[in-house]
Amino acid sequence: MTGLLFLIPIALFMGLLGLGAFLWAVKSGQFDDPVGAANRILIDDDKPL
Amino acid sequence: MTSTDLLARSPDWSLRAEPGEPSKYDDLSAFVERDGKNQRLELNISGAKCAACLAKIEKSVSSLEGVSEARLNLSTGRLAVAWSGALPAPTIAETVEGLGYGVSAVSDTSAEELRRKEERELLIAMGVAAFAAANIMLLSVSVWADVGEMGGRTRQILHAISGVIAFPAIAFSGRPFFRSAWNVLKRGRANMDVPISLAVSLAFVVSVAETIRGGEHAYFDASVMLLFFLLIGRFLEARVRRRACAAANDLAAMSNRAVTRLDKAGVATKVSAGAISEGDTILLAQGERAVVDMELCDDLCELDESLVTGESTPEVVYKGARIFAGAVNLSHPVRAKALSRASNSLLADISRMLDAGEQRRSSYRKIADKAVALYVPFVHSAALLTFIGWMIAGAGVRESVLVAVSTLIITCPCALALAAPVAHVVAAGKLFRNGIFLKSGDALERLASVDLIVLDKTGTLSLGEPSISTDIDSKVLQDAARLARASRHPLSRAIASAAGPGPIADDVTEVAGQGLEATVAGETWRLGSAVWTGIEQTDAPTHGLYFRKGKSDPQFLPLADRVIPGTEAGVEALKKGGYALEILSGDTEARVKEIAGQLGIMQYESGVSPTAKASRLEALRAEGHKVLMVGDGLNDAGALALAHAAVAPGTAVDVSQSASDAVYSGGITSLPLLLKVARRTKRVMIQNFSFAAAYNLIAIPIAISGHATPLVAAIAMSLSSMAVSLNAIRLAGINKGA
Repeated sequence: MTGLLFLIPIALFMGLLGLGAFLWAVKSGQFDDPVGAANRILIDDDKPL
Repeated sequence: MTSTDLLARSPDWSLRAEPGEPSKYDDLSAFVERDGKNQRLELNISGAKCAACLAKIEKSVSSLEGVSEARLNLSTGRLAVAWSGALPAPTIAETVEGLGYGVSAVSDTSAEELRRKEERELLIAMGVAAFAAANIMLLSVSVWADVGEMGGRTRQILHAISGVIAFPAIAFSGRPFFRSAWNVLKRGRANMDVPISLAVSLAFVVSVAETIRGGEHAYFDASVMLLFFLLIGRFLEARVRRRACAAANDLAAMSNRAVTRLDKAGVATKVSAGAISEGDTILLAQGERAVVDMELCDDLCELDESLVTGESTPEVVYKGARIFAGAVNLSHPVRAKALSRASNSLLADISRMLDAGEQRRSSYRKIADKAVALYVPFVHSAALLTFIGWMIAGAGVRESVLVAVSTLIITCPCALALAAPVAHVVAAGKLFRNGIFLKSGDALERLASVDLIVLDKTGTLSLGEPSISTDIDSKVLQDAARLARASRHPLSRAIASAAGPGPIADDVTEVAGQGLEATVAGETWRLGSAVWTGIEQTDAPTHGLYFRKGKSDPQFLPLADRVIPGTEAGVEALKKGGYALEILSGDTEARVKEIAGQLGIMQYESGVSPTAKASRLEALRAEGHKVLMVGDGLNDAGALALAHAAVAPGTAVDVSQSASDAVYSGGITSLPLLLKVARRTKRVMIQNFSFAAAYNLIAIPIAISGHATPLVAAIAMSLSSMAVSLNAIRLAGINKGA
């Protein structure tokens, strides 16, 4: 029974961590351009050797 | 400094009879945000779709002098540029255009910004609700899994923790619903948000009371989950709407264009179109579009009126002729007298027609609205009757309230709220991948009920630009092209493009409305109208150009407007789909007849003015037809706005695109798919609403009889929401074929 005393806070803390990450992602514009982000990874900006 | 700046400062405009090529992007300077030395500009880019486009555009713009940031958002098609120094804004636009993309100014960002903020708020609210729902569910599951060994105290503690999580989540995520419900209640009406707000807050209050009492059931999970599901629907709806509105403010941008006004002494100043009043003298440069109706003061000029009348051939007009707003001057710069203010011009008339159409469309009653109108009174009376019934049956107030609240929760409009938005989003995504850009979800409902399709000719069925229509001697073509390459006239360009790259004759002179002349190897070569090449008979064919070398016989180069490739197949498919077709064109009888014959469309009208187009649509409406209008020109905009549904090709002018429900690329072969998806979407939505109704018919007896425990509510809610969403996802699998 005492297990609940720390398991519930841990579960809530991890949930809050996820929520925090999500809020950060929305506020910093990570979802502003999903199409662009998917395409940017294909851009090869390495200089030729 | 650009050429028009020079022109504007030159005291005598006629000194610069050859103004070079004025940049059509000069007016962009007005859209630049300045902050000390730093300047920012946002541009709409059309045609950029892939990583290569992205890299090309960003690299080219970044390499311009002084540019510190160039970032293209592929989702919205917006390019944000920040720079410092003397780099003129038009250069940026020209750089992008030079890469082959369309560029336009972002007209009004404040409304757009507001919608973006709303969407972001909904997303955050959804995230918070999801967090709370997941964590409360974690605690609720342990309560439900109890087979008798959990003590009353433990259950109470778990309920209390749930309540502590639920309270801030409901207060935060429920705001969009509470606000909207309060707003309509103040005006004495009700919408969907009223039962939602009531169910959520009542469930919370009852659960708090139960928790304090140490009762068995608490509905914290149900109330937060309800919010979560509803917010998904709200968010999807907001996203579709924002995309729809992004293209809508272009008419304003068009009439905000700068105009060159000449005062009595002949000094040119640039003023905004709104500052033009009747009687002002205006200088219409080569390639410039008239923004007000005006009367020509110079001897003659050649106009491209395809936007205004749908006529595909340029027209020569003489002194005193009326130049309608929207016409483009193809010849040398001319002076003209304004006949009206910008607000009285044809453009403004069309803008008023757009408003009228907008109002009519917003009064269209969506299936979802009808469902809500049935739902709200039904659910509330059911809950009230349950309460009264249980009281009469002798249950206590506490038990009666609990059962009534569970009725409110279990009849939750989750399925109802998700039924339409999910179907809209899936259908819009499906169409997007096939090159059809849908502007609003409810347009699908209107498209689904269409029975008659009215088509514009120029630009919709035909290319709208002349090209060589028959085989001609390549030697003649090459020689004619030596003159034609020197001119920007559409007919000349058709010859130049048919001939391919090659030499240009020296000293080509152009006489507006007549033709071109040059001396090649001691001979006078002429390319132009019949009269220009010395033909006197009046019945000579006019759909083309004549070419004459020295004293030899003039050669006729036939030029005609051609049907867009694939149009025949598209028309065939539409006919098979059971749609009646009609052509409504501003072009001449002969050409409309030719195209109609070629495509096998029996019903056609030619020489139709923009207002006549609109009244024809009104007449068809009066006959009881649900008309789909397809058109691209400024002359179609009014008709597009007044039609039951409207679509425009991607090449259409901005105004026509904003007057339409959807924009397609790649010819009218896209139309059968669009109409098919629309019909299927409507069917899926009706299925979804029927399902939601059936679900309530089963759930309400369970709730009224007092068997809707929090566990039953959670399962019923999730299953109904999933069922409608999965049903809507079937739309993604529609095939292109019949």
